[in-house]
Amino acid sequence: MNAILIRDLRLAFRAGGGFGLGLGFFLILAVLVPLGVGPAPQVLAVIAPGILWVGALLACLLSLDRIFALDHEDGSLDLLATAPVPLEGVVAVKALAHWLVTGLPLVLAAPVLGVLLNLPAPAYGWLVLSLLLGTPALSVIGAFGAALTVGLKRGGLLMSLLVLPLYVPTLVFGAEVVTRGAAGLSIATPLALLAGITAGSAALLPFAAALALRINLR
Amino acid sequence: MTSPAKPASLWEYANPVRFMRLSDWLLPVTAVAAAVLTGIGLVWGFFFTPDDFRQGSTVKIVFLHVPAALMAINAWIMMLVASLIWLIRRHHVSALAAKAAAPVGAVMTVIALYTGAVWGQPIWGTWWVWDPRLTSFLILFLFYLGYIALWSAIEDADTAADLTAVLCLVGSVFALLSRYAAFFWTQGLHQGASLSLQPGTRMDWAYKAPLYIAMVGFGLIFVALLLAGTRAEIRARRMKALVARERMQG
Repeated sequence: MNAILIRDLRLAFRAGGGFGLGLGFFLILAVLVPLGVGPAPQVLAVIAPGILWVGALLACLLSLDRIFALDHEDGSLDLLATAPVPLEGVVAVKALAHWLVTGLPLVLAAPVLGVLLNLPAPAYGWLVLSLLLGTPALSVIGAFGAALTVGLKRGGLLMSLLVLPLYVPTLVFGAEVVTRGAAGLSIATPLALLAGITAGSAALLPFAAALALRINLR
Repeated sequence: MTSPAKPASLWEYANPVRFMRLSDWLLPVTAVAAAVLTGIGLVWGFFFTPDDFRQGSTVKIVFLHVPAALMAINAWIMMLVASLIWLIRRHHVSALAAKAAAPVGAVMTVIALYTGAVWGQPIWGTWWVWDPRLTSFLILFLFYLGYIALWSAIEDADTAADLTAVLCLVGSVFALLSRYAAFFWTQGLHQGASLSLQPGTRMDWAYKAPLYIAMVGFGLIFVALLLAGTRAEIRARRMKALVARERMQG
């Protein structure tokens, strides 16, 4: 398990591994939105929580097909499937690697981009916390989508179509935490629901993803 | 699996020949009943009900809107059950029925969204709002699109059936979650349920009677289209098998 994690991380950080991809996209979005919407601070303050969450979500989506596609191409996925480690564990570890490579940098970069978008001061902590709690769910759900479409030649667009509706609850609750945090309201309920989605998906979706992988590798 | 004493068991129709024989006479019956009931419900609803006190004649779109919305959700639930039956019992007709139900459900969702927009424009003053019910229907529509796209993307029939069944199961959980997320997110403009099984009526029988007839009619339309679609899928598979056999020989 550890070996798989280290291998995935090493592959991602090497040249051409797509480490900066999501982060770069997130940065571009946060820079382009004020240019498109206009620099009015009060407008930006209202839309900042939503934009940051949508940006994090799309940045995650961008790198999802890398979770299984490369391993499927060179055949190492078949080896992993026949290895003595359970495939469910492999899926979970690969989702974790995806999160460490894509989700965690987004969480760390989000406060900086919040400044660009004039995010209200009380919301910074909630932004980081909600992304920290929510982005693992994005990686796990994404791993499920990637597992469903792993054998397809042009699976990228299809995977986005499959994963996008699955991302809705995470996005709604995540952005709601930041919006409420910015307005100084109580955030306990959406935060608990967001954490619940992450915990639930992390516990159950690896099984569904492993099932989909087994079907695809049949 | 099935005992000969109970020939009407669901599992009997896992055999496509038996299913074809049953649907051979069931399809015309349901098709005619669907046409008659939907016709009665819609004509009665559109032309022989009084105008609403406040909403005028716009209220009559309810006779299309509510049955379509009902079937949009029920089609997904039927797909969920069919997917479960496929995954657990490898009931081939069930997988094909789930495949055939998806386009019908998607169209019902579009009808519900479209009639809602047409009604909302004069009454709410807008074609679209991000109301929880509207939002959850849009998400449901996305789920249908993804499901249909996944079916058509995978070439091997059994793999496609397996993967779409898994997607349907996971998707159902998330569709339900999205619905609650949307309700949590905003309260919205859409009125609550006009029909309810609980006593205490919110709708007069003058409207309710044609509405119930239209609902049954739409249900039968769904069943008829489902049977026709499943029959087409079975025939398409037989064709494929025949073509493959001819190639082997020739």
